[in-house]
Amino acid sequence: MGVGCGLMGGFVVTRKLSLFGDTLSHAVLPGVAVGFLWSQSKNSISIIVGAMIAGFLGVFLISLLKKTTRIGLDSALGLVLSGFYAVGICLLTRIQKMEFGNQSGIDRYLFGQITGISASDVWAMGISCILIALITMIFYKELLVTGFDHGFAHSIGLPVDFLQYLLWMLLAFAVITSLQVIGVILVSALLIIPAATASIITQKMRNLLVWSALLGMVAGVIGSYISFLGSRLPTGPIIVLISTLIFILTLFFHSQNGLLFKWLRLRGKERKIALENTLKAVYQELEGNKFSEDSVRLGNLAKRRRVSMPEMYQEAIHLVKKELAFLIPVKNQNLPSENTLTLSPAGWSEACRIVRNHRLWELYLTNEVQYAADHVHEDAEKIEHVLGDETVRKIERILSNPRRDPHGKLIPSRQDIEQGFIEKMVAKNLS
Amino acid sequence: MNEFFPPLDLVDTFWMPWATSKDFIWNAQIVTMGIMVSLSCGLIGSFIVARKLALMGDAISHGILPGLAIAFIATQSKALFPMFIGACGAGLLCSFCIEWLAKKTPLKMDAALGLTFTSFFALGVLLITQMGNNAHIDAECLLYGEIGFTPLAESITWGSIEIGSRPLLSIGTVTIIIISIITIFYKQLLVTSFDQTLSVSLGLPVRTIHYGLMLLLAITIVASFESVGVILVIAMLIFPSTTASFFFTRMPAILFCSIPLSIIYSLGGFFLARWLDCSIAASMVVVAMLCFGIAWAFGPEDGVVTKLFLKRNQN
Repeated sequence: MGVGCGLMGGFVVTRKLSLFGDTLSHAVLPGVAVGFLWSQSKNSISIIVGAMIAGFLGVFLISLLKKTTRIGLDSALGLVLSGFYAVGICLLTRIQKMEFGNQSGIDRYLFGQITGISASDVWAMGISCILIALITMIFYKELLVTGFDHGFAHSIGLPVDFLQYLLWMLLAFAVITSLQVIGVILVSALLIIPAATASIITQKMRNLLVWSALLGMVAGVIGSYISFLGSRLPTGPIIVLISTLIFILTLFFHSQNGLLFKWLRLRGKERKIALENTLKAVYQELEGNKFSEDSVRLGNLAKRRRVSMPEMYQEAIHLVKKELAFLIPVKNQNLPSENTLTLSPAGWSEACRIVRNHRLWELYLTNEVQYAADHVHEDAEKIEHVLGDETVRKIERILSNPRRDPHGKLIPSRQDIEQGFIEKMVAKNLS
Repeated sequence: MNEFFPPLDLVDTFWMPWATSKDFIWNAQIVTMGIMVSLSCGLIGSFIVARKLALMGDAISHGILPGLAIAFIATQSKALFPMFIGACGAGLLCSFCIEWLAKKTPLKMDAALGLTFTSFFALGVLLITQMGNNAHIDAECLLYGEIGFTPLAESITWGSIEIGSRPLLSIGTVTIIIISIITIFYKQLLVTSFDQTLSVSLGLPVRTIHYGLMLLLAITIVASFESVGVILVIAMLIFPSTTASFFFTRMPAILFCSIPLSIIYSLGGFFLARWLDCSIAASMVVVAMLCFGIAWAFGPEDGVVTKLFLKRNQN
């Protein structure tokens, strides 16, 4: 059952039909009740037929409402959902007051109870599960195309409407078969949650379907096992909560798309950018002094970077740890801004690289892309951290190894980077 | 099948409930409750529908269930205030979760919605079933509600004067609050519902109004869940304004329309339930559905038959 719902869920979620499943699952209730009334027993065939008809009626009504009125899709869904559900409840409460209605079991369609399942129910579930799997396999391509690009599917001559109805039928099937285990209200959870989890794990439709079926199955097995253990534990909610738990775990801890790792990566990047910005600030500070000194005061750096002194100090420590600079503390501890920072050779070449990236990019934007010179800084401020060596070479070739940026400042050349301090001294002498 | 529809005994259905003064008081309370519930829901619902948040209402009405359950476990009573705190907490948490999921993760809005409220709902159902039989509250009561129990609820006394049963009183307060808030903030609500950009440029606190409306929604749901249950509340929210929209296009008219509609729903539901001997709340929604169907077919604004008729006249 988990497999069936998971498979269908894959299509449902990618088609943005999640709430459709919800509506359908509520809408089958009067069908269940009428089916029960018809056979006057808990005969699963008449109930399934009734539920099918009710489900289709619901879907039909929604599309009719969409076509003939100005009512939004969300309201139409809500109308059909609650209206049908109310009819269902009306019928159910009526049935409970009639003499044959006392046979227990009809209310377990609301919440589901796995222990009350008969062998024929299991067979029905197995068959529908296999059917859903088979049909998805046969029509995989067609369903995929119609799911993602309706217009295209129509233009290549696929029977879009037929496929739509096929999908709805399968959906109704999946909902109905899981009714007994999980109950009317929570079926939609089983449609949505495994597929949502799978959509975090993978982007490919095929993998998504497999994952979502697998996750549905896992949640189903664990959930029903737990509810089997406790005496008063309803199966449906437990299965749903298990799959929510899986979803939350995946959301945070998945190795590539998990939020935790994304956050860590982002932090790493932010740190790198801060580091590079500090290096750049050191370079600019040195340049401001026409390279007459080889160290800068932290106070000036902090002003240039627009950060507070303690923050600046932290960053300086960070630089020292990475062996990119040396910190020369002053004797007087009350004046932390008088501490001076000197770049190591490695730090120097790194600083040159960043400044070079920045200025090259500015030049590229003004010369090749025809930006105004006063518009390029913002852009360069971002791109300087991500330009790779190869791109830099390419830009250099395009601009034929320029020496000055649009603001008239010197672009540090590759020699600067490689030779380090020597070139700096040359620059000092020149100026 | 025949025994399903008992013969319609006109006297029994329409007259007996009002025959004696005791019955009259009893049933009048039920009907009043129904009217108040559908009135307050209908008023709020008009704005919810205009904002295309119908399913958000659905989500919140499911989402408050764990809050209600926790509040009940904590206080062991159905007093309005703790229930209200619990429900508002859960409802706001639910709407935050939905927005966070839709914005920060690759999930689409609808998937985020479905995921959040079904999980909340599952948690709520689990909590309620764990409370066992000693509780006065049970899953059935929360989910479909039983408006017929309204007169049974303990009545609140103020000083030595008995002023009515608790659910009736709480829904009355809520109705008054809603009517006054809508009257006071009518313009702001209207603008933000229809034109977000304009209202931002007018300097209206759009987000505050949005969450305020959500809060009102939560209050309404809390006050009415006992009588109609969390699932049918959504019907009460959507049906009045969509039905009215077949007759009128202007917001004030739609809002006023919820008054006669709520009376029709309540009385109709009551008689239907009396006839078929089934849940009153569900019958109210069935009546609402019938009204909607009639409006859909014959409404002067957009009704199907009306349109056909107009077309024929033109030809």
